[in-house]
Amino acid sequence: MRTILAETIEKAVAKLSMDACYFLGEDVYCALKHSIEREKSPTGRDILGQLVQNAEIAREEEVAICQDCGLAVIFAEVGQDVHIEGDFEQAVNDGVIMGYEDGYLRKSTCTPFTRKNYGNNAPAILHVRLVPGDQIKLTLAPKGGGSENMSAMKMFAPAVGRKGVVDFVVGTVRAAGPNPCPPIVVGVGIGGNFEKAPLLAKQALLREIGSINEDETMAQLEQELLERINALGIGPGGLGGTTTALAVHVESAPCHIASLPVAVNLNCHAARHKTVVL
Amino acid sequence: MEKIVLTPPLDNEKLKKLKIGDTVYITGTIYTARDAAHKRLVDLIAAGEELPIDLAGQIIYYAGPAPNKPGKPIGSIGPTTSYRMDAYAPTLMRRKGLKGMIGKGKRSDEVKQAMKETCAVYFGATGGAAALLSQCVKSAEVILYPELGPEAVRRLEVEDFPVTVINDVHGNDLYEAAIEQYNTENV
Repeated sequence: MRTILAETIEKAVAKLSMDACYFLGEDVYCALKHSIEREKSPTGRDILGQLVQNAEIAREEEVAICQDCGLAVIFAEVGQDVHIEGDFEQAVNDGVIMGYEDGYLRKSTCTPFTRKNYGNNAPAILHVRLVPGDQIKLTLAPKGGGSENMSAMKMFAPAVGRKGVVDFVVGTVRAAGPNPCPPIVVGVGIGGNFEKAPLLAKQALLREIGSINEDETMAQLEQELLERINALGIGPGGLGGTTTALAVHVESAPCHIASLPVAVNLNCHAARHKTVVL
Repeated sequence: MEKIVLTPPLDNEKLKKLKIGDTVYITGTIYTARDAAHKRLVDLIAAGEELPIDLAGQIIYYAGPAPNKPGKPIGSIGPTTSYRMDAYAPTLMRRKGLKGMIGKGKRSDEVKQAMKETCAVYFGATGGAAALLSQCVKSAEVILYPELGPEAVRRLEVEDFPVTVINDVHGNDLYEAAIEQYNTENV
């Protein structure tokens, strides 16, 4: 049994909030840079150049890559041999409050109808999993509203099959057009049930850009989806071009014999996430 | 090509010359407003009250900035998605003479119709290029609804703020034209 103080968790979450909002992952940065060489539209290349420059300014000056610092989505893998001294959820939320305040990050949580801003970006969207071991792994992914609003979920009848799933994913990106800040990363969750599929789609966004799915069937599906999406012509900033998505990541899970749940979670080019192990 | 610079208040003659795809640099005063501020302004108009801000000839930037670090006029400030303001924008154009909007993403047919009728233009700024765009903001001041936090109305002084004409006064739409050009689905 290993003891981890709530205060340690709080400080770690605060640092993750800032690091995630300031420092674009090397994989996304490289994907943006490489896409300039492949992009056919001159305007598209110009936009991609701006995005690379933007990431560099944010990194050097330690300011937010995007003004939308998102809701703080946190995946916690808690080792079952860890004893947490203090309130875990409270520590996570206090960490978000500290990180967003001290880091000059925008606070975006509000009430659904009165739209009153809480002013501290808490609460986080927290997903906890109990795992073997005596460590805590925390991943924080700030998720902006623009791309989240363009995401979609559908409970299909199994008869629609693979083709129906592909058409749904491509159709979701087509309908989103310029809105989610392309070039986007597309997270797809297939299977599970009504709440599991969107969670898989969200987790799919955390995978490294350029990594190949270990499941060969899913790797082929990702490739096909990426080609179909980049044929849409939406392009960087939606101003036309061949780089609409940097990557498509698919996660799947077993589902009910009656269902084929599919969720498509879109992420803007500021595909931000940082991880720490305590 | 000659650099196009616009300084509000904007007049119809200049706006009529703009074509979709034109890069325009804005220098001067613009105002930020998002969903919550738009609702308040349009509610005031519906109630027959005066607006606390004169929008005639002005540009609204759909943006809610990150807080500024000490010594900087503003934090990162890129555009937010514009369709959320579609319910309010026609009223501001028709009733208050709003001439320009800066945002990202598609507008509704109602907004495009109002733009044609009133000679107003929709500009796109690069979504997510928020740290880069903040460098064009020389000063910022909250002038309305401070309780809305990031959604408060701010007066910005900008210099060479780069935008692209998405919808011109002639009814053209850059998104539609440009995306079609690069669509290879049936090739």
